[in-house]
Amino acid sequence: MATMTLIQAINHALRVEMERDENVIVMGEDVGVNGGVFRATADLYQDFGEKRSFDTPLAESAIIGTAIGLANHGFRPVPEIQFAGFVYECMDQISTQAARIRMRSGGRFTAPITIRIPYGGGVKTPEMHSDSLEALFLHSPGVKVVVPSTPYDAKGLLISAIRDDDPVIFYEPMKLYRSIKADVPEEAYTVPLGKANVVREGSDVTLIAYGSMVHVAEKAAAQAEKERGVKAEVIDLRTISPFDLETIIGSVTKTHRAVIVHEAAQTGGVGAELSARIHEEAILSLEAPVERVTGFDTPYPLTAIEDEYLPTVDRICAGIYKTLDF
Amino acid sequence: MELKQGSEMFQILNQDGEIVEGQQVPDLSDDELKDIYRWMLRIRTFDGRSIKLNRQGRLGFYAPMAGQEACQIASMAALRKSDMLYPSYRDVGTAMYHGLPMENVFLNSRGQITGMKTPEGVNAYPPQIIIAAHVLHAAGSGWAFRLREEDHVAIAFFGDGATSEGDFHEGLNFAAVYDANAIFFCQNNQYAISVPVHKQMRSETIAQKAIAYGMAGIRVDGNDPLAVYEVTKKAADRARKGEGPTLIEAVTYRVGPHTMAGDDPGRYRTKEEEEDWASKRDPLKRFRQYLDSKGLWTDEEEERVKEEVLNEMNEAIKKVEKAPKGTVAELIDDLYAETPALLKKQKDEYLSWKEGK
Repeated sequence: MATMTLIQAINHALRVEMERDENVIVMGEDVGVNGGVFRATADLYQDFGEKRSFDTPLAESAIIGTAIGLANHGFRPVPEIQFAGFVYECMDQISTQAARIRMRSGGRFTAPITIRIPYGGGVKTPEMHSDSLEALFLHSPGVKVVVPSTPYDAKGLLISAIRDDDPVIFYEPMKLYRSIKADVPEEAYTVPLGKANVVREGSDVTLIAYGSMVHVAEKAAAQAEKERGVKAEVIDLRTISPFDLETIIGSVTKTHRAVIVHEAAQTGGVGAELSARIHEEAILSLEAPVERVTGFDTPYPLTAIEDEYLPTVDRICAGIYKTLDF
Repeated sequence: MELKQGSEMFQILNQDGEIVEGQQVPDLSDDELKDIYRWMLRIRTFDGRSIKLNRQGRLGFYAPMAGQEACQIASMAALRKSDMLYPSYRDVGTAMYHGLPMENVFLNSRGQITGMKTPEGVNAYPPQIIIAAHVLHAAGSGWAFRLREEDHVAIAFFGDGATSEGDFHEGLNFAAVYDANAIFFCQNNQYAISVPVHKQMRSETIAQKAIAYGMAGIRVDGNDPLAVYEVTKKAADRARKGEGPTLIEAVTYRVGPHTMAGDDPGRYRTKEEEEDWASKRDPLKRFRQYLDSKGLWTDEEEERVKEEVLNEMNEAIKKVEKAPKGTVAELIDDLYAETPALLKKQKDEYLSWKEGK
């Protein structure tokens, strides 16, 4: 065991997988010599050489498109898109090319690539860096979408993603990179994709969140308990696609209320899908409509009003009380 | 012949099928020469009948390739079956030459699910629909060969319109930076649907773009199979030796419409222009004249090949018409290595709905 930040856990996951499988290669802008702008790939270039850790030219579509070609010959590329706001540049290569090649070739060709993307707000990045665009890929059949919220999960989920035979988008909450520390095993281990984590048990309402919002939801749960004695259950979704409906429905049928929390814009977001599923599967268990506490239907704002845009403990508590007082 | 940048066009056979003064005929046996011609004739015949089948409603999407036979066949003849092909939707000639069964082309055109299956041993991606997207796949593929120190080559086929796409530029840049074992084969067929090449770009040639990426580039007469063979062979040899990628601009013409889905070239080009390319610069006519001059081909052989292809097509179309259309369940099965639970549920719901119908 070692105490690691989330970024260290990611670096560790890459390292153990590169040691285990020589086909695992890391590629992207500044990931080589510099070790990544966030240092996620620190020292990999120095230790594994420039044939395993590539600094690519600055071109997002090409980073993903060439990774598909590399994967076609047995490599397991782990490309990095430097900031989530740049993902539109490679939408075609992710959603039309990587996601579909298995189906398009009847299983003959696959694209086992893991696309690492730092994302999310709360770190005052320049404009067009922080957007939460995970719902775009929830709506893209053929890719998986993963978001860790702890150093332990980050390492275990990233190892699972790299070993997965399909393309996985691995969203890393920038706010958590260095703000949390935890014990993480030195050796390789996996946290399964598609399995949510109940991080706090409760009986009155289910809070569903992912990424950095898990920690905000946990604080909201504690505050609601203090303010009104509410016992909130908090679920860390961990995988956006395919999501773990079983755990969600299990929880909601117990608590009868649900509040979904995410940073991304509300309309057509992950919360919309989860809410629809909860209504489809558990409407008779519900005591109140499912509530969403999210970012707003605007582009991600400039930094001065970031705190206004992102869900806060108070906004989540208000959501909880709305379901209780319905 | 040198792979150099410039606006001149490399040619071995002139329009009358004669060897251009000072040029050498590639090192090909008589049988190999005949095989290239036979395959060009095969896909010319295939093209004509496919257009008819489309009009009869027996085929779906089809993008005619008449006029581009030298580009598609002579280039692939210079490669090995172990090389990796990335075709676009107009390049089914390259794919069939590389081993894709005619049946698969029909199944795909008709939208039947097994048309999505790339058979084992056929080293070709499914035809690309998104313009230039596969330039990146070929760059990555050729990069993989370089990393593994293998002497395979990846080749991407695309049209002149593709050179305006970002993916074309990104792909060539990556391939050059990593010395990828890649060939970028542009069939400059003069039109991107209706937009002529002079409205597509201000560069004098497409080949000259290679200079910008620091790679070899050459402009070749795309209707001259000997020249196309020679430049592709040279490009492949360079790639196999680790000397990096090559951009080939093959100057040719798409004789038919862009696709069979309602495109009328009469709206954007003249009959005279079409006639000029179709009759005077026809790659088959030119190569036939050359083979005739060597006494290598006869009218009987010509008829026999045409008849063989038509019979083959007849059998294939009958077979695929009887083949299953496919189901959504099969689509779901091929999407992920392991089908996620919610998708399995969709599949089960779909199957029970089908059963209840």
